[in-house]
Amino acid sequence: MTESVREIPGILAGLAATAKRDLLLAWKRPGDVLNPLFFFAMVCTLFPLAVGPSAEQLEFSGPGVIWVAALLATLLSLNSLFLSDFEDGSLDQLLVSPQPLPVLVIGKTLAHWLTAGLPLVFVSPILAITYRMPFSVIGVMMLTLTLGTISLSLLGSIGAALTVGLHRGTALLSLLILPLAMPIMILGANAVSLAAHNDIYSTGIWALGAYAIASLSLAPYATAAALRISNE
Amino acid sequence: MWKWFHQLASPPHFYRISAILSPWLAVPGLLLIAYGTWQGLFVVPMDYQQGDAFRIIYVHVPSAYLSLMAYMIMATSGGIGLIWRIKLAHAVAAAAAPIGAAFTFLALCTGSIWGRPMWGTWWEWGDPRMMSELILLFLYFGYMALRSAIDDTTKADKASAVLALVGIVNVVIVHFSVEWWSSLHQGQTVFKKGTMDADMKAALFVMIIGFTLLFGSMLLRRIRTEVLYRERRTRWVREMILSPEGGA
Repeated sequence: MTESVREIPGILAGLAATAKRDLLLAWKRPGDVLNPLFFFAMVCTLFPLAVGPSAEQLEFSGPGVIWVAALLATLLSLNSLFLSDFEDGSLDQLLVSPQPLPVLVIGKTLAHWLTAGLPLVFVSPILAITYRMPFSVIGVMMLTLTLGTISLSLLGSIGAALTVGLHRGTALLSLLILPLAMPIMILGANAVSLAAHNDIYSTGIWALGAYAIASLSLAPYATAAALRISNE
Repeated sequence: MWKWFHQLASPPHFYRISAILSPWLAVPGLLLIAYGTWQGLFVVPMDYQQGDAFRIIYVHVPSAYLSLMAYMIMATSGGIGLIWRIKLAHAVAAAAAPIGAAFTFLALCTGSIWGRPMWGTWWEWGDPRMMSELILLFLYFGYMALRSAIDDTTKADKASAVLALVGIVNVVIVHFSVEWWSSLHQGQTVFKKGTMDADMKAALFVMIIGFTLLFGSMLLRRIRTEVLYRERRTRWVREMILSPEGGA
């Protein structure tokens, strides 16, 4: 009897425990964190090779290329968001847990952002320098990438939850998420371009911030619903 | 009123009603389209700016409008199915997606054909409406891909309903972000619309009504096959097929 009335830990404790577990898992498997970063750097390398190394072209296309590469790298890491949990059954534990599922989803997404989004933000300046981006613009780019990757992690978690356990998961996930993620890239890349031309770029930053807040308040519910559907 | 509505949600009842309703939408729809086409191609005067090329709007505008309406129908019926667990609503969503994608494709094609003489290019990346429509097409593709990837129908229904609802929130954001984006890169490529001639407007209106009726009839037909497929193991379907009429 005492067993069943045992006190349930608070909501934040559940969130922290989920995030901590995922961070620990990422620490044990550094390849999962590093591979998307290498991919990110690789796509940025491909572009000058394909279009030519002229300085003005690189300056002109730098923000766009880095943003596209960041979007693709995030997609690459999203596939594994729920996959290992689905395979080893710990996803079922999340679903039957007395904690509210959207909060646990925030915990998982937070861990994903810390291991996939934030590293991109920190690697991006190196690539930006090779694209001859001035330091003032690099700051703007890092800000847009920070806000953008938060939204991408949250939005992507919906797609990852919908496709978890499906055979053709990866390609399908890209097909689902890319059209939805397009506004984030439009806002981010163009804000950086505007900053590079000494233009007013605050519209993009504010809109990205609004997008991040909106997705933080809405996406976890959609992800939780999608997880329940995928695991019926 | 409500009793009638609830009855409609029952598959056999819907199957019977829709058989009667479908031709009543298709025939007036086709008549209106025929009349509108004749008006649009032969009667309505030439546009002083665009010449005869503007006449493609009689196909373009209705299909662009239906591409959005089909998405609305798909998402709302998906939501209804998710919330009230009405099976028929999911069948409506499944039936609406390919029609919506087809109209989106038609809108893109006619827009591109119109753009060739007007803008001198088949495809104008800077036009926000073309971009929004293209992203809408990708959303349809994603929706249909998700549906076909999940074998279990109930699961596919629910998962795709969640996707459609997420998409509908995003469609608005896509629209505004693309507007902002194109305002940065170039001035409006689209002609400023002056006041349209009354005859032109009337013919367009006829076409829109005609297309909508035809769309309704196509949707009903698709829902009917969808319902029949989903209910293939039930008694009413077997009885209907074995009955002397062989099912209407």
